[in-house]
Amino acid sequence: MTSADPSGAPRRPVYLDSASAEPLHPAARDTLLAALERGYADPRRLHGPARDARLLLDNARAVVAECLGVRPDEVTFTSSGTDAVHRGLLGLVRASRRGDGVAYSTVEHSAVLRAVSWGGTAHEVGARPDGRVDVGALLEAAGDGVGVVALQSANHEVGTVQPVADLRLPDDVPVFVDACASMGRLPLPDGWDVLAGSAHKWGGPAGVGVLLVRKGTRWLNPFPGDDRIDERADGFENVPAALAAAAALQAVLAERDAVNARQRALVDRIRAAAAAIPDVEVVGDPVGRLPHLVTFSCLYVDGEALVTELDRRGYGAASGSACTSSTLTPSRVLEAMGVLTHGNLRVSLTRDTTDEDVDGFLDVLPHVVRDIRAVAGL
Amino acid sequence: MDLELDCRGMLCPLPVIELGKRIGEVPAGGLVAVVADDVAARTDVPAWCRMRGQEYVGEEAAADGTPRYVVRRVSPRP
Repeated sequence: MTSADPSGAPRRPVYLDSASAEPLHPAARDTLLAALERGYADPRRLHGPARDARLLLDNARAVVAECLGVRPDEVTFTSSGTDAVHRGLLGLVRASRRGDGVAYSTVEHSAVLRAVSWGGTAHEVGARPDGRVDVGALLEAAGDGVGVVALQSANHEVGTVQPVADLRLPDDVPVFVDACASMGRLPLPDGWDVLAGSAHKWGGPAGVGVLLVRKGTRWLNPFPGDDRIDERADGFENVPAALAAAAALQAVLAERDAVNARQRALVDRIRAAAAAIPDVEVVGDPVGRLPHLVTFSCLYVDGEALVTELDRRGYGAASGSACTSSTLTPSRVLEAMGVLTHGNLRVSLTRDTTDEDVDGFLDVLPHVVRDIRAVAGL
Repeated sequence: MDLELDCRGMLCPLPVIELGKRIGEVPAGGLVAVVADDVAARTDVPAWCRMRGQEYVGEEAAADGTPRYVVRRVSPRP
């Protein structure tokens, strides 16, 4: 039944934090190694090695476009998902004729919030207890002076899928979608004008973001600009990493139905087992959610102790609790939902997480929670 | 107020642990105030009430301005 030995440690460390970074997909590794040999030159130059690099970059763009169902000229590779978010959102703000206001929910990723506070005016709305953003509230917030509405495809902390396709906005208010949490795992939602993704979250290498700007969208580079092939990007392209990201995306899409079904079933088991521990609340939408991610909060438990004790037993997961953040403030997402911010654990599965991994985790979890509570005198 | 818990300087989850340990000291219908400067208490005290079947009355300020979260014990089993 379980891979855990009597001391509670699994045979190998079990990584349960794919929502922070999915391990490199084997398809990406092979492509990356091959492309490192061939993709070093400046793709703008006219000599042979440059033409080779250009070919690889164009190939990466074509593959990503095909995987995502967009035109190749709508795809820009950026230096990270965060860069794609900053660039995508602020480029819409810069091009807007309505003003620099951005309507968004407080459950957006900090990349969105920081972009708004750096280069726009905030029009913030909350979220429902399940983490879903009310599109009516967003529409209401998109009044005079608001040039952009931002809505994530799915929440990165609790997994709830957002109703992007339900947004009905005036024609001159474009929609920015942060799809970093879902790209590769779920099809893109309908209704976006500019969209951002992050390769290391689907099994590509870190340092590659994907920015999609729908043909005909008013968008202007919000940064100094550069003299590259793609006017929406700045800086020398990381050609091997872009190609590896494309290869990973292609591989992930090919196996998506099977992986998602397996992950959904495993997450359902974790949700049920966590909810059966006294005073543990599983948060986020149980159905309309990312396939690989589950979040719960344990009353009277210190989030840092929870992460540390699980790590000691071989399970690596993340927490949104204040004591585990650099700022010592609780997760804005959990706060907006009105759920317990302490004792929080986000478990996110990789493409090869097994039944045995989950068995072992579920064996140790209740003991870890009980022991931490016992130390606190409860 | 039947009981006031001074949780100034305590980080989460200590104020809520204090609340959970000591709510039993007041009778059903009694009020407990948690005085806490940790920002997580603003979310966690109401969430605790929801999870434990108690009533969250609201937030006020202590004399020194520290937030004071008031809870009514309604459930006979804290």
